[in-house]
Amino acid sequence: MITLVDIFIILGGIAINLGIALFFWGPRRSGTRAALASNGYQEAMVLVKGGYTPDVIVVQHDKPVRLHFRREETAACSEMVIFNDFGKSAKLPTGETVTIEFLPEKAGEYEFSCQMGMFRGKLVVE
Amino acid sequence: MNHQQTITSATTGTADTPGLRWIELPLADLIEQQGAVLLKKELLALDGVQTVTVNAKGKLLRIAYHPAQLNVDTLIKSIRVMGYAVGTATTQLNIQGMHCASCVTIIENTLLKTPGVLSATVNLATEKAYIEYVPGHIDLIGLVRAIEVAGYQAHETSTPTESALDREEQARSQEYGTLLLKFWFAAIISLPVIIFSYPDFFPVLRNWLTEGSDARRIVWGILGILTLPVMFWAGSHFFTGMWQGLKHRQANMHTLIAIGISAAWIYSGVAIAVPQIFPSEKLAEVFYDVTAVVVALVNLGLALELKARGRTSEAIKKLIGLQAKTARVIRAGIETDIPIEEVLVGDIIVVRPGEKIPVDGIVTEGSSSVDESMITGESIPVEKHTEDEVIGATINQTGSFRFRATKVGKDTALAQIIRLVQDAQGSKAPIQRVVDQVSHYFVPTVIMLAVSSATLWFVFGPTPALVYGIIVFVTTLIIACPCALGLATPTSLTVGIGKGAEQGILIRSGDALQTATKLNTVVLDKTGTITKGKPELTNIVAAAGFKEEAVLCYAAAVEHNSEHPLATAIVEGAKASGLVLPEASDFNAIPGYGVEAQVEGHLVLLGNAKLMSQRNIPLGDWEEEARRLADDGKTPMYVVVGDKLAGLIAVADTVKEDSKTAIAALQSLGLEVVMVTGDNRRTAEAIGRQVGVDRVLAEVLPQDKAHEIRKLQLEGKKVSMVGDGINDAPALAQADIGFAIGTGTDVAIEAGDITLISGSLHGVVLAVEISKATMHNVYQNLVGAFAYNILGIPVAMGLLYPFVGILLSPLIAAAAMASSSVTVVTNANRLRGWRPKEKFA
Repeated sequence: MITLVDIFIILGGIAINLGIALFFWGPRRSGTRAALASNGYQEAMVLVKGGYTPDVIVVQHDKPVRLHFRREETAACSEMVIFNDFGKSAKLPTGETVTIEFLPEKAGEYEFSCQMGMFRGKLVVE
Repeated sequence: MNHQQTITSATTGTADTPGLRWIELPLADLIEQQGAVLLKKELLALDGVQTVTVNAKGKLLRIAYHPAQLNVDTLIKSIRVMGYAVGTATTQLNIQGMHCASCVTIIENTLLKTPGVLSATVNLATEKAYIEYVPGHIDLIGLVRAIEVAGYQAHETSTPTESALDREEQARSQEYGTLLLKFWFAAIISLPVIIFSYPDFFPVLRNWLTEGSDARRIVWGILGILTLPVMFWAGSHFFTGMWQGLKHRQANMHTLIAIGISAAWIYSGVAIAVPQIFPSEKLAEVFYDVTAVVVALVNLGLALELKARGRTSEAIKKLIGLQAKTARVIRAGIETDIPIEEVLVGDIIVVRPGEKIPVDGIVTEGSSSVDESMITGESIPVEKHTEDEVIGATINQTGSFRFRATKVGKDTALAQIIRLVQDAQGSKAPIQRVVDQVSHYFVPTVIMLAVSSATLWFVFGPTPALVYGIIVFVTTLIIACPCALGLATPTSLTVGIGKGAEQGILIRSGDALQTATKLNTVVLDKTGTITKGKPELTNIVAAAGFKEEAVLCYAAAVEHNSEHPLATAIVEGAKASGLVLPEASDFNAIPGYGVEAQVEGHLVLLGNAKLMSQRNIPLGDWEEEARRLADDGKTPMYVVVGDKLAGLIAVADTVKEDSKTAIAALQSLGLEVVMVTGDNRRTAEAIGRQVGVDRVLAEVLPQDKAHEIRKLQLEGKKVSMVGDGINDAPALAQADIGFAIGTGTDVAIEAGDITLISGSLHGVVLAVEISKATMHNVYQNLVGAFAYNILGIPVAMGLLYPFVGILLSPLIAAAAMASSSVTVVTNANRLRGWRPKEKFA
C-alpha cells in the first residue's frame, strides 16, 4: 500500500535528482576575458583548487595567450593541466605559478582539463 | 637570443703594466671590421681604459683597464650601450636564512657589488636569487661566497628539471605521509567504533548495553564524538574537495565520499538524539562504523595509489638522473671541473675513460668507444673519432678524448628527450576523450542513482525500510569509483611512453601511440633507412693473370684523387683490406664515363661500358658479369690496366645488417612493408628482394613520396612512413604515423609522430610493439574500471536483493572502491616489466 508519505518521498526524490542534474549540467555563465597585456599577450590567471577559477576563459584568435596556473591544493588529481588541442601540458607543483603559452589560430571552443578529466575548463576563442 | 651559444668564456688576469688589469670578454655577435674600429674607439673614450684589442674572428675583446677608475660592470654595460652583447650566464641560487624583505635588499646589493655580477634579483617567497654574471670573471662558487659574506647561506640549485622533480617527489611523499597518518588515525578509532556499534554480537556488551537502554545511547553518543575527528580531520580533504568542486558546479570522488560519510553520521546522530521519531526501536541504529571505516579505507587506497602513480614516471626520473653534474673544461689552457650549467658552447671538454660525457659535442682530439645505450637503446658501444658527434649523458668507455661542446643546457639531446617525453606523457590518447565525456556525467549520475534507490527502498523495501534506504544510499555513493576510470588511460600512457624512451623510441603523443596500434602498412625509404645510405665496395672480380688485390689496388690508387662517393667507397674498401696505395699521376676524370690515371707506369682506366667501347677494350663475357652485378642493385666498374681488362669492381649502397630481420619482424606483426625509392626499378627490386619487402615503389621522385603515401591511404590503409626527418618531412607528415629516424643529437625533429633515436629499423618494430602493449593495458584498465562500476553500482543499489537476497555492506563497498583504483595503477605498472619480443643487437 502506497501511503501519502511514500508519495511525498518519491516526489522529493525526483525533485532532488532534477536539482542535481540542473546544478551540475545546467547552463553556465559566460567566462572571463583574458586581459591584453602591453607585451601583446592575452594573459589570465587561473586558480587550481577543486576546479579551475575561472573555468571559462575568453580570448581572441591569432593573438598569443599566456595562462598562469596556480595550484593551491595537494590532491594528486589536479597535478597536471592539459590543453590537448594545442598539444600543451604542464605539471603544476603546489603553490607555484606555471605559465602555459600558445597561439590559438582558429575560433572555437577548446576544453582543457586535468589528466583524468575530472577538472575541466573551457577556452573560448573568438 | 642564444648569446651563450656562440661564445667562449671570459678570462681575466693581471696585465704587464703595473696597476693595470685586463679582461677578455667573449662577444656574442660577430663583429665587422668597421664595427670593431668604432667599438674600440668608444671603449678607449671611457675613463680608465688603457688598451683595447678586438679579435673579430675569435669574437674576443681584450681590454686593459685601471681597476681604480673603472669596474667590469660599467665596462660591460658600456659595451651593451654600444649595441654589442657580451656573453653572460644566468643562474639561480637557493638562499637560506632570509627572514624579511630587507634581507632581499642586502643580498641584492652585496651581489651587485661583486665584480662580474651584472644583475641580481632575490625572491623572498621562493628563497632564490637570480643572477646574471660574466662566466670566467666570477663563477658559481664566487657567487655563493659573496652571499655567505653577507651572512646568508646559499647553495646551487641543481638543473631546473631535477629540482622540479625533487619538489614533486617531496610533495608526493609528504602527501603520502599525511594520507597514511590519516589512515592509521581512522583505523585505530574504527576498532572500538565497530565493536560498540554492534553490541548484540558480543555477549558481554549485549547484557550491558541492552537494546533501547540509556547506557547504549550514551556509549553510541561517545562513538559519535569519537568519529567527529575522523570525519573532520582524517576525512577533511573529502569535504574541502567537495566544496571546491561545488563552487565550480563540478562533482568528484570527494563529493561521493563526503555525502556518504556525512549521511551515515547524521542519521546516527538523529537516531541517538531523538529515537522516538523512528517508528520502531530497530530503526534507531547507528552507522558510525561506516563513517570511520570508509575514511580509513579510502585514505589507505589513496595512499597506495599515490605510491603506485609515483612509480609510473620512473622512466623520466631515470632520464633526468642521467645528466652529468660537472664537466672538465679547458679554460685558459687549464683543465677545470666546473658545474655543467656553466659549460658554454665552444668549450673544449676533456673526457677520460669511464667518465660520463657531460654535454653534446664534436670530438676534436682522440678516439674512444662510447656506450650510448642509455640514449639510443643500442647496446653495442659506438666508436668515436675526430669529427664524430658525441651525445651528453653517454658513457665513455676505453679511450680519452677532447670534444667541443655544441649543445648545452636545454638544447642537449637529453634535455630535449626529457621534454618530449614529458610532453607526450601529458597528452591524451583519443580514447581518453570518450572517458572524459563519461566522467563528466559520472558522479552526478551516481548521486542521482543513490537518491533514487534510497527512495525506492523506502517506499517498496522490506522493514526497516528507512535503515535499508540509508544503507543503500551510502553504499551506492561509496562503491562508485570515478578515479579508476580517470586513472585508466593516463597511467598506462605514462608508463608506456616512458618505456619507449628507455628503448630510444620517442612517442610524441598519446594520439601517435593509439594510431600506431592500427597501422596496416609501413613505407620505408630505401636510402638511409633500409640501406646505410653510403656506397661500399661489394665485389671484386679479377681477370685471368690478375689478383683481386691488384685490381683493387690499381682502382683505389686512381680513385684516391677523386671525390665522387663511389670513389670514396673504393678507397675505403682498399684501406679496409690493408692495402698500401701506390701513387697515381696524370689523373683525369671523364664525366659520364669514368676516370683514368698513371699508376706505376701503367695507364689505368676505371669506368663503365661506354668508356670501354670508346677506348676499344673488348668486353666479351664480362658484359654478362656486369649485368649480373647490376641486377643485384650494384654499380659495376671495369678496371683496365695498360690495355688489358683486369677485372670488375662493384660498389653498392649496402643494406644495413639488421634491415632484413626488422622487416621480417614488421611482417610478423601483420604489417605490409613497402619500399619507396628514387632508384630505377631494377636496382630497387634487387634490394627489395634482398630484404624481403612486400611491395617496391621505384623511380619515385623525392617530392612525390607524400603523394605515394596518399595513394596507399586511399586504398583504405593506415600508413606509416619511415624516413629521415629532413628530406622526407612532407611524406612523414602525410602518413598516419611518421617515424623520423634521428641520428646523433638531433632528436627534436619536428616532423614525425615517433622519433627513433638509433637509426635501426628495429625501432619501428619496438615502437609498434610498445604501442600495442600500452593500448592493450589501457583497454584492460578501462574494461576493468567500467565493469567494476557497472556491476558494483547496481549491486550496491540492492538490485540483487529481490532475487538472491544480497545487499552489500558499506564497509565492503569502501574496501572495493579503495582497491579498484589501486588495481588500475598497479596494472599500468605491470607495463614497466615489458620486454621486446625479440632480442636485437
